Amino acid sequence: MTDNKQLRVSKIESGTVIDHITGGQALNVLAILGIDGTDGEVVSVGMNVPSDRLGRKDVVKVEGRELSQSELDVLSLIAPDATINIIRDYDVVEKHVVHRPDSVTGVLRCPNHNCISTEDEPVGSKFAVTDDGVRCEYCETIIREDLAAHILV
Amino acid sequence: MDQNHLISAKGLSRADIEAVLDRAGEVAADPAAAAGRHEGSLLGLLFFEPSTRTKMSFAAAVKRMGGDIVDMGPVDSSSVKKGESLADTVRVVEGYADALVMRHPSEGSARMASEFVDVPLINAGDGAGQHPSQTLLDLYTIRESAGLDDLTIGIMGDLKYGRTVHSLAYALTNFDTRQHFISPESLKLPRNVRYDLHEAGSEVKEHTDLGATLPSLDVLYVTRIQRERFPDESEYRQVAGEYQIDTDTLADASEDLRVMHPLPRVDEIGHGVDETDHARYFQQAHNGVPVRMALLDLMLGGD
Repeated sequence: MTDNKQLRVSKIESGTVIDHITGGQALNVLAILGIDGTDGEVVSVGMNVPSDRLGRKDVVKVEGRELSQSELDVLSLIAPDATINIIRDYDVVEKHVVHRPDSVTGVLRCPNHNCISTEDEPVGSKFAVTDDGVRCEYCETIIREDLAAHILV
Repeated sequence: MDQNHLISAKGLSRADIEAVLDRAGEVAADPAAAAGRHEGSLLGLLFFEPSTRTKMSFAAAVKRMGGDIVDMGPVDSSSVKKGESLADTVRVVEGYADALVMRHPSEGSARMASEFVDVPLINAGDGAGQHPSQTLLDLYTIRESAGLDDLTIGIMGDLKYGRTVHSLAYALTNFDTRQHFISPESLKLPRNVRYDLHEAGSEVKEHTDLGATLPSLDVLYVTRIQRERFPDESEYRQVAGEYQIDTDTLADASEDLRVMHPLPRVDEIGHGVDETDHARYFQQAHNGVPVRMALLDLMLGGD
């Protein structure tokens, strides 16, 4: 399959292409990145696109913005196979994979309603990333399943 | 101890624990020697939840060493009632005291508070999280009569929400102990505590019934099952009734079994047990003073 057929959207001039996102997670990827369209970025989203490697995958293209490695590493929690292409003048100038960070701040909401991080205090949520999940740095609640359901929006 | 705060039993190494217990032993043997050791020191008490034993024993501990307390008092008469954040409250109170002792209904509150203060902060209970100073006096009580190695302990009751249980179970992984956890299915150890016990190399043996393990126990640590953990009164009565002990229950126990309880108890230990050699819970509560004296002494900069 050619890129054009696979992606179903045109190439971008400059920006970031996040490919090989776990099928169905594109909107959560955008939520984590804080991209909701209100800043005027041009964003293209492909969902459940056929993929040799993943079966189905999502693709997100953000024009005019180069996302940093630390911004993108957070995505590893919900899209561990994601690949990142930085595009300049229609060419891929950098390729990255996502790495699990040691911790994530302000991304997930602690599911424990009695956790201090869910109250009106001057701290954000903070989770340590473990081998198979995340753990609240305050109340120590462990989340292993469906991390996307806990994304702060 | 991490950053001179005591937030969780996970912050205590075996050496930390033994340092506190050894000092507590010295204090208990010669209380007069500690008098005046912290003349002029002020301990800030922030209790956002009711407390009898913990609060009074910390107050007694600092006063017996020549210090005093500054007490926030009940939440209803403090600025918390006006909507002040916990972070602001502790930042203000640290200016009035040399160390803080805090109890708060939210899990993680002590951890968060410790991020905002430089003076030592002791977690005296954060919701269903941790209560590490209780653990130190529990360990002291166990060590006094049974030693802390080659020990078989049963921990029974509300293991899900019981903060004293969470702290004690973790601290015991520093020693050569076998732990049995006895509770109703709905009140088993939470996932994070089980995870930590596994990580510490401890085998988690869980039971819904005390019967089979009782004869092997050196210590039985009983905790209260609270009414509010159950949807209705009848279910609570039925479940709680299965985790009460009395002299009949203890007929199968070893003669040397020590029965402990962080108190307050309601009816989980029959009053008949009080008169037996098994009962250690009142001694356990009394040990709160020398152990908290030792803890404060070390945290405030004892010799």
